[in-house]
Parts: sequence; C-alpha cells; structure tokens
Amino acid sequence: MSDPKSEDQPAARARRGRNILLALALGAFVVVVFIVTLVKLSANGPQGF
Amino acid sequence: MTDRAACAIEPMARAATWRDYVALLKPRVMSLVVFTALTGLVCARAPINPILAAVAVLCIAVGAGGSAALNMAYDGDIDAMMRRTRGRPVPAGRVRAADALALGVTLSLFSVALMGLAINSLAAALLAATIAFYAVVYTVWLKRRTPQNIVIGGLAGALPPLVGWAAASGTAPLNAWLLVAIVFLWTPPHFWALSLYTREDYAKAGVPMMPVVRGAAATRRQILAYALILAPVGVAPAFTGLGGAAYLAVAAGGGAMFVALAARLAMSRAGDLAGERTADGDLYAVKAASAPARNLFAFSILYLFLLFAALLGEHLLNLPPLGGWR
Repeated sequence: MSDPKSEDQPAARARRGRNILLALALGAFVVVVFIVTLVKLSANGPQGF
Repeated sequence: MTDRAACAIEPMARAATWRDYVALLKPRVMSLVVFTALTGLVCARAPINPILAAVAVLCIAVGAGGSAALNMAYDGDIDAMMRRTRGRPVPAGRVRAADALALGVTLSLFSVALMGLAINSLAAALLAATIAFYAVVYTVWLKRRTPQNIVIGGLAGALPPLVGWAAASGTAPLNAWLLVAIVFLWTPPHFWALSLYTREDYAKAGVPMMPVVRGAAATRRQILAYALILAPVGVAPAFTGLGGAAYLAVAAGGGAMFVALAARLAMSRAGDLAGERTADGDLYAVKAASAPARNLFAFSILYLFLLFAALLGEHLLNLPPLGGWR
C-alpha cells in the first residue's frame, strides 16, 4: 500500500476512480440480489431460492 | 514453447485507472458473447421472467469478463511481445498480473454463484465450465503447446449460446448444441485468417499458431476445409425447427460467400511473406498479398453476427421456423 500523503495528483485521482468503480459494482450487486430475491419470492411463494 | 520467466513486462508505468480494469474484461469480446448468449436464451422459447433473463445475461457477461481478466493475467508475458496486444493493461505495466488475477477470480466466482442462485444450476455449471475451459484448458494448457489451440479452445467461445439456452429453459437440447457447433466451426477459419498476416507476432512470442507451425499454405487449405464444413452446418438450423425462411436466406448466402472467400484465400499467397501488416494500430491495414486473409477475417465477423441476428430477429418477431425436430 502506498502512503496517500506522498501520492501525486494523478495517482490519487486514479485511485479515487478505481474506488468509485468498485463501490458502484458492489452497490449494483446488492441491488441485483435484492431484485432477484423479490422476483423469486413473488414467483415461488415461501420456497424462495 | 514460451519461457514465461524470460519475457519482461513493463515496470509499473502509471497508476491504473478504472478504464484499465474495464479493458481487462475485453469488452468487445464480451459484447459478442452477450449477443450469442442472448440469442440462445431467446431461441429456447421458454417462459422466463424478463428480470431474471437480464440477470442471466449479466452473469454471462461478467463471467466472460472474468475469464478475459484471467487470460490477460496469465498471458502478460506473450502479450508484451505482440503488436496487437502489447498495449493491454498488464503488458503495458499499468495493472499488475496479480491484480488482474484477483479481478478475474472474483468476477468468475460472483457470476457463477449468482447464476446458480438466481437462475438454475445447469446454467451455472455450464458457465463455470466455460470460464474454466477458457482460463485453464485454452490459456494455460493449449495456447502455448499446440497449433490446435484455437480449435479445441474455441469451445469456450462457442458455449455462451448453450449457457443462455440453459438459463431460459434449464435444458440443453440438440438445437442449443447446434448453435455451439456453428461458433465452434467458425472459430478456426476466423482466427487463422487473422494469424496468416500476424504470424510474425505469434512466432516472436512463441505461440504455435497454425501458420507458424505448419506454414501458410497448409493453413489456407485448412481454412477452406473448415469453411466447407461450416457453411452447411450454418444452414442446418433452418431444418431442425430453429430457423425460418429469413435465417435460411442469410445462412445460405453468407455460407456461400464464406466458402468463396476461403477458396480465394486458398488460391492466394497470403501469409507467405513477412511484414504483411502496414499499420500497427489497424488490424485491417495489410499489403495486397494478404488482402484475401483480411477479407475473410472481416467477413467472418459479419457472417456470425448475421446468423445470430437472423435467429434472434425471427424469434423476437415470433416468425415460424421451417420445421424439423423441435
């Protein structure tokens, strides 16, 4: 891990971009699992997955 | 073949951006995988919730991206030696191979797990097999060892329609395997046409592609042989209850054109001379001698797209198939 204080501007910007992409991907995964759960529950009743 | 330790990848050039991580997923290949998988899913004519269908396609896309990242993690050394691939994030030194590996493993596991939980276990198993086949059987075992690398390894690229079909119906019938056969038989002439005019790169990297090992003339003959098998197999869905009149017209016309271009290539001297590419960044810029190979490579992409677009269009418009075993 690099020390954030010693990072130059482009490196910090790149890291921030990567973190945002990771956050969006994780958020999307949570939303997808939530929606799939709703669809499954409404289709199958209490059996679910 | 290639000594992995002897091949140097650029030291870390600059911090990787999110675009580098997206590039690891080979978005252009992913788009073709999604297209063929979607066609398989729709052709199954099975009742599936549209949201679950979209999730299935998402899983296939993410799985394809994961396997692409695994491929780039392992092949960084030979990618660095080829003009076509040396700008990729790992050989260019923007992403470490270990990071590409981590991304590939994570995406592969998530895509298979979600496919299993949300769709069905057959689709999940087929997706896992596809990823493993591409990342292990093709990338690790075959690519550096045999000129049949893309023949056998092509199965990984051919399986997505079957995964899509299984996601929709939970089954894998003969018609789904027919779609696999079409992509499987299409792969060798497609890649060998390209490798005829990029063989210097493959030779430099120690990748035993057919033109490097057997020579250009033998490769041209094999391309024609595969074209002669592919053309009738491409028409077959019109007689198995899968394709309709529009598909038959596209497959017959496209197949005839494919064979004609392959025959022209077989009679040419494409691949016989060195330095046939005229521009680094442009895959289609070649000298006149290699034009027949470039033309077949370009047409092969259009041909596969048209076949699957015809099937997809017919099923979305609910046009009747011509008949057969369905």
